[in-house]
Amino acid sequence: MGKAVNSSKSSSGLMGWIDARLPVTKAYKEHLSEYYAPSNFNFWYFFGSLSLLVLVNQLITGIWLTMHYKPDAAQAFGLVEYIMRDVPWGWLIRYLHTTGASAFFIVIYLHMFRGLMYGSYKKPRELVWLLGMFIYLALMAEAFMGYVLPWGNMSFWGAKVITQLFGTIPGIGETLLEGIRGDYNVSDATLNRFFALHVVALPIVLLLLVVLHILALHTVGSNNPDGIEIKKNKDENGIPKDGIPFHPYYTVKDIFGVCMFLLIFFMIVFLKPDMGGLFLEHDNYNIADPGSTPEHIKPVWYFTPFFAILKVIPNPFGGMLVMFAAIFALFLLPWLDRSEVKSIRYRLMPFKLAFTAFITSFVVLGYLGMVAWGPGEKLLAQVLTGVYFFYFAFIFFYSKNEKHKPIPERLTH
Amino acid sequence: MTEEVNESRRNLLIATSAVGAIGAGFAAVPFIKSWMPSERAKAAGGVVKANISKLEVGQKIQVNWRSQPIFIVKRDKALLDTLEGLKGKLKDPDSNDSIQPEFAENIHRSQNKEILVMVGICTHLGCSPKVYAEIVPQVFDSEWQGGFFCPCHGSSFDISGRVYKGSPAGTNMVIPPYVYVDENNLIVGTDTLEGEA
Repeated sequence: MGKAVNSSKSSSGLMGWIDARLPVTKAYKEHLSEYYAPSNFNFWYFFGSLSLLVLVNQLITGIWLTMHYKPDAAQAFGLVEYIMRDVPWGWLIRYLHTTGASAFFIVIYLHMFRGLMYGSYKKPRELVWLLGMFIYLALMAEAFMGYVLPWGNMSFWGAKVITQLFGTIPGIGETLLEGIRGDYNVSDATLNRFFALHVVALPIVLLLLVVLHILALHTVGSNNPDGIEIKKNKDENGIPKDGIPFHPYYTVKDIFGVCMFLLIFFMIVFLKPDMGGLFLEHDNYNIADPGSTPEHIKPVWYFTPFFAILKVIPNPFGGMLVMFAAIFALFLLPWLDRSEVKSIRYRLMPFKLAFTAFITSFVVLGYLGMVAWGPGEKLLAQVLTGVYFFYFAFIFFYSKNEKHKPIPERLTH
Repeated sequence: MTEEVNESRRNLLIATSAVGAIGAGFAAVPFIKSWMPSERAKAAGGVVKANISKLEVGQKIQVNWRSQPIFIVKRDKALLDTLEGLKGKLKDPDSNDSIQPEFAENIHRSQNKEILVMVGICTHLGCSPKVYAEIVPQVFDSEWQGGFFCPCHGSSFDISGRVYKGSPAGTNMVIPPYVYVDENNLIVGTDTLEGEA
């Protein structure tokens, strides 16, 4: 009875011994060699595996950075310079980490765009989407706190402005603010706790969420550009007719994606690691100074759409609520979109127009969040904030009795 | 085993869970409280002294209190005379919704008319406004009457730190507690001289 009940060849030998104690072969089959993914994955399906790659890059380079860095307000800024100049290969490890942070958001945004386009958030993948949104939230917290660690002037003022948001909550705001900062201002205490959260707490949360995200995905199966369920058409062995094993088919495809990604990634790392002030902001080459506000405080590019929405609302507390609502609305999408069709391929012009407007509003708000505002920019940001929220209302009402093109039975190629 | 619920065991289970939940609640207290400012941070947030004997009209000196910049600005009659006329342009001209000690609940928002003591942090999102004390047209306001302008999001304040309509900031600048030791020396962070040697 000690033998594994599995009838496959691996039931004897070393693998058999291990499999009787730990389901390695079973997990390998379930998640790789016998995980049947739709056979029509296109370009947009690179970004899931790429975000895993970037996550690994962040973990490894992050661990190496902590070997030379100390979260001490008196030393932190100098230690980053020390890593850049004196630590062997320190410049590369830091640039991999800073470029990796922006790359993470690029691949995550494209991954989310794919999900929105092909309706991957819809039943039965609601939990995949929700877990993904929690990953996105955790990633934003992780990136924000990581950005404070070099203790440059934009680190300081960025931290100050963002923590100040919580100070605007009526009643508890002031206490909450002191609790977040651990002082009456952003200070050494703040830097120290952000370090703890950035290198210990949030990575653990992120890893856990990523595991859950993939487990949930592998339970319901992957969506595809046609947005139809391949599990509805199975052969006599119970294998989806339109499914192919993830390994080797998609591992090989993803390796190609990884090569293309790394080509671009390393071009940035070696040739333009600050991306002209987008990935590493110029003001952050000055040490944190509580007495000197940078002329133009703005967050890193991946937060700017929400920052623009924050700026649109005159009342700071109201602005914070609307900004969080902009993120929270995405959580509700699986229930707001009530249509039976998933993919944009089979949806009609009203959806396509609204979707294009939504994506455009997000991108342009991202641009507006980076620049100084005159009256024109302000008006545009107000309109686009309206467009952004309009999409959610539109999808709720429009999708109730949505007309669509005929949905095919099997995948189209 | 029957399907019946053993009521006394069920009650014991509920009681145990409740006690456990209360225990977990208490156990969380030190972890949450440890986020609050430490005794050292509190001590460093005490009081700070400032000498204003050399302060000229329109000039600003800055001291740090709780790592916030405290602006001390000297104003003359011309600047103080602008305060009454600006009322219509301000969001909170009488400082009803703004933070200041009782002694500064007046139009000049200070104890001594001429000397403004103010937390130099914008009430919008915590940037540090710059002082523009001359009554001359500025790029951001062609009818500028002297005051403060925040470069981050364009909030403007008059020379008493009262916010103009149309600014992103909602309330006037904060006036900290302070007390004069003598004509030229003041202490920021307290409004009584008790305990000060």
